[in-house]
Amino acid sequence: MTKAQPNRLARGGLIDRSRALQFYFDGHTYTGHPGDTLASALIANGVSLTGRSFKYHRPRGILSAGSEEPNALVELRTGSRQEANTKATVTELYDGLDARSQNRWPSLAFDVLSINSLLAPIFVAGFYYKTFMWPAALWEKLYEPAIRRAAGLGRASDEADPDTYEKATAFCDVLIIGGGPAGLAAAINAGKSGARVILADENVNFGGRAIDDAAVIDNIPAGAWTAAALSQLGAMAEVKIMPRTTVFGVYDGGTYGAIERVSDHLAVPARGQPRQRLWRIVAKHTILASGATERPIVFGGNDRPGVMLAGAVRTYINRFGVAPGRQAVVFVNNDYAAMTATALDQAGVQVVAIVDSRATPSDTVREIASATEAQLLSGAVIVDTRGSKRVRSVCVRTAGAEKVTLDCDLVAMSGGYNPNIQLTTHLNGRPVWSDALVTFNAGTLPPGMAIAGAAAGQFGLKSCLASGATAGFDAATASGFGSAAAVGFNAIDESAAIEPLWRVDGCRGKAFVDQQNDVTVGDIELAEREGFRAVEHLKRYTTLGMATDQGRTANVNALAIMAELTSKTIPQTGMTVARPPYTPVAIGAFAGHHRGQDFKPTRLPPSYAWAKEQGAVFVETGLWLRPSYFPQGGENSMGRLRTNGRAPASLPMDSASA
Amino acid sequence: MTPRATKSARYSIFSVLRESLRGHTGWRPTWRDAEPKPDYDIVIIGGGGHGLATAYYLAKNHGPARIAVVEKGWIGGGNVGRNTTIIRSNYLLPGNIPFYEQSMKLWEGLEQDINYNAMVSQRGILNLYHSDGQRDAYVRRGNAMQLHGIDAELLDQAAVRRMYPFLNFDNARFPVQGGLLQRRGGTVRHDAVAWGYARAADRAGVDIIQNCEVTGMRRAPDGGVVGLETSRGFIGANKVGMAVAGSSSRVAAMVGLRLPIESHVLQAFVSESIKPFIDGVVTFGAGHFYISQSDKGGLVFGGDLDGYNSYAQRGNMPVVEDVCEGGMALMPRIGRVRLLRQWGGIMDMSMDGSPIIDRTPVDGLYLNAGWCYGGFKATPASGLCFAHLIARDEPHPVAAAYRLDRFARGYAIDEKGMGPQPNLH
Amino acid sequence: MRIICPHCGERGLDEFVYHGDASLTRPDPASATAMADFVRYAFERENKAGAHRELWYHSAGCHAWLVVTRNVITHAIASVELARDVALARDLAARTGA
Repeated sequence: MTKAQPNRLARGGLIDRSRALQFYFDGHTYTGHPGDTLASALIANGVSLTGRSFKYHRPRGILSAGSEEPNALVELRTGSRQEANTKATVTELYDGLDARSQNRWPSLAFDVLSINSLLAPIFVAGFYYKTFMWPAALWEKLYEPAIRRAAGLGRASDEADPDTYEKATAFCDVLIIGGGPAGLAAAINAGKSGARVILADENVNFGGRAIDDAAVIDNIPAGAWTAAALSQLGAMAEVKIMPRTTVFGVYDGGTYGAIERVSDHLAVPARGQPRQRLWRIVAKHTILASGATERPIVFGGNDRPGVMLAGAVRTYINRFGVAPGRQAVVFVNNDYAAMTATALDQAGVQVVAIVDSRATPSDTVREIASATEAQLLSGAVIVDTRGSKRVRSVCVRTAGAEKVTLDCDLVAMSGGYNPNIQLTTHLNGRPVWSDALVTFNAGTLPPGMAIAGAAAGQFGLKSCLASGATAGFDAATASGFGSAAAVGFNAIDESAAIEPLWRVDGCRGKAFVDQQNDVTVGDIELAEREGFRAVEHLKRYTTLGMATDQGRTANVNALAIMAELTSKTIPQTGMTVARPPYTPVAIGAFAGHHRGQDFKPTRLPPSYAWAKEQGAVFVETGLWLRPSYFPQGGENSMGRLRTNGRAPASLPMDSASA
Repeated sequence: MTPRATKSARYSIFSVLRESLRGHTGWRPTWRDAEPKPDYDIVIIGGGGHGLATAYYLAKNHGPARIAVVEKGWIGGGNVGRNTTIIRSNYLLPGNIPFYEQSMKLWEGLEQDINYNAMVSQRGILNLYHSDGQRDAYVRRGNAMQLHGIDAELLDQAAVRRMYPFLNFDNARFPVQGGLLQRRGGTVRHDAVAWGYARAADRAGVDIIQNCEVTGMRRAPDGGVVGLETSRGFIGANKVGMAVAGSSSRVAAMVGLRLPIESHVLQAFVSESIKPFIDGVVTFGAGHFYISQSDKGGLVFGGDLDGYNSYAQRGNMPVVEDVCEGGMALMPRIGRVRLLRQWGGIMDMSMDGSPIIDRTPVDGLYLNAGWCYGGFKATPASGLCFAHLIARDEPHPVAAAYRLDRFARGYAIDEKGMGPQPNLH
Repeated sequence: MRIICPHCGERGLDEFVYHGDASLTRPDPASATAMADFVRYAFERENKAGAHRELWYHSAGCHAWLVVTRNVITHAIASVELARDVALARDLAARTGA
């Protein structure tokens, strides 16, 4: 018998409530709906503990709703299809899905290595460089084996990958990366001109944050607008729509690498279908409309399950119809994320308080607080969270420096937004800091690339749509497909006013900057003290930003904290530059069919069939198979030498197996 | 002048425990961020692994001298910070074997010598063979190694299967027949090598000057080098050592030298962190692919050069695909493991695939260059031998073959037998 | 990287094979300085970080030899010429100059 879904909202979301899907997590059986991700289905079922952290084995839950997820990593599937480190937040639910938590023993709730938390005073960044040196012989015998036993998160399958991967090449005039409002606006404007357009999005659904935020475009709900936009694009012969496709890398000559997850939403690929398809897309023009990633705020116990990015909370409510908690505190430094309180309130979740780090609250936040009947604490910050495997309360330091404890089981936090400009740096472009937007923006773009929407720092929906429309129109025109005029769209520009807050000082508990690699503020302070102040030194010394989330929720905060510690500005301190791939890509996908017997062609000489009839033993000579010798009476190659009455050519090196 | 910072404490489990009781607030900088002085006895250009090791061995082995390392950006940012961390001394040719074995011996005592744990890990390197011809070539190589007192074992297929049961033995285009194993080969935590040498050099009095770009060399009327023009002013020097692999041609051009070197890009790759299952280093013999697994769990692997001249520190997709094809052909269980990051380094590809440690025709200027993509494992011996050359003006015995004029004299050291085609070495 | 072959149009990198510096010319073996010239020709390279003239062979296409001018810092290709045309122009220049 499966349990009910206690946190499923009565309505809303892009899920199909008419069908139930059964799935398993750590051996327990749950149900969800088509349209769920594993993360949303777990939340629906009240599961908040999803894994243990890398070093300290601290309990971790779901932080985000996208590919930036550092914590909710699972081993997905079993046997030869087992996939380690799979992000629950981007795993589409299918019937029979089997997932297990990682990095814990014997169980997720009781993990022996959580004793590492007690050793945390020793296990600081780089401690291993200073010890394990004596006696020298023990490194390979004792110390390193112990480190290696604790290393890694999930386990790779022991067996050969049974699935196939295909490769394909596509050419287009305009490649649009990201199918949110800006990408859709660009696609409509480029597509209507007759240009060859490819629109790719890493998710199955388009619409991006317009849907996550339940926005209104052209006076209709974003969901309906997106559906209409997609049907309009579907009718354009030269427009190709590619869902579940991540453009992961920019290469020379307008070449883009993309991975299409053809069958990852199924238990096994359909007959004749690959698991994934590696695309090489050659584009004359590209529009990067990849949106933005929300930044966490770094405070004590900010890694406790129940602490979530504010945008993710809205996504779970609006896109998936689940409530990630019952009593929420919203902790922000900007206006945009404050709307999370509205979404929570509408979903029936009690908003205990809005903690706004800014001394003077904006009208927007004041209105939201009064409409949601939430206590508004301006100039206040969360300094700590409490709870064992889930947040139970937070400790707030008010503007008057008083400590107030608020009971809650959900913290929705937002420290602002980082445009997803990773692809702009793949050809050595360098980001540029904007004091106005409190973020890095794209600098020099790869040849042929334009940038639109939140990725270009256009955080308001109206300007986001407008920048997409202009970029789409311009790219088509530049490709020789002029059309009468750009199509515009109606929406309102939400306030994105922000004052920087990177970390809360005076926290007692550990404050995590990189949650997956367990890098704390203390580690950054230590790196600074020991002279690892250059960004690359900081990253390499602390392992910050090196995890499977590619540092998307960590790097800018870390840089800002280092800037504070060294009394420099952020641009003086450095910048964050990404290397491909944008999100991790299966090695098998790069290899395609070139494995096993098909690794390289087999070339047979004209005499092959005859030689085979004579019992030839063949030898590889490059790609050619040539007869080596024709054994008589059970000889091998050495035996042939012996029968010639001579000693074999001596092999003075003993075979270890002999 | 700023007061000299206290030296960082000796590292040990006791210092770590002591610091853990006071929140690690007592650690000093791993190395001083030195201000340039007006002049030095010896200035090394390039704060990478080789430059820092050179400075360390100069200070340690060759008596008191005023030594500085000048680095354009941050130390350890070149190829020591972007490689596949492999160490080995399984070479064939007489000019190479003693040098790389010297390096291996230095690796083996490195942590105790510099008091920094660079995680030198001798878990073995296994070169697989897939044909009789390859086997015979490895027998020859193994014999050459043994003649120089280096460990080498030839494994047959059964022995390889016992070590790495998950390799593709049964359905391979080029079945694994066996391998040449050097058990003393392995991996080292690459960044730690730069930091460890920097700290040890610093403790021995070397000035490490970061963010100091060399823009030119000042020369006396007789042509000899007397110092460096830098972004932080003129720095006088009696002797200047170049350890700027990747940029050797650019720096050499400052004194009008043309080197037997081309710059090429080599890509390397790391996967997501997974529970360790690859113990040592394995190289595929039927394609260009080599792999190991780090102590953090990431698969670290690489393959061919992109093949064209480049200073871009990045490559293109065909090589990524080629490398992953080799990986899947060799170990098909990694198909669902995800590639986390790819990056490129600029390689000093010399015309015979072997390095140069020599004086130059310019008086006072010494050259350490041409490391192709084998520079990391050479770091300690390169530093030792370059220091010896600079201090004594004669080559160290194990590096005597790495002469700049060997091409003109017909003494190229061509391990691969490719001739003067740098992209094929 | 993509190269515009004068015969075939724009093609991907994996159709081409790289053959190095195109600015080198084979020295005259009869010259008095032939030995030094050949050492220079075979081994020494300018290896400048900037525009680089280089030979590519369209091995999986029309088999033409090309002289590509490419920036080795950005990989941007400025021009592609048939190596034959480059060689003919050089010979012509040598003749008319002589």
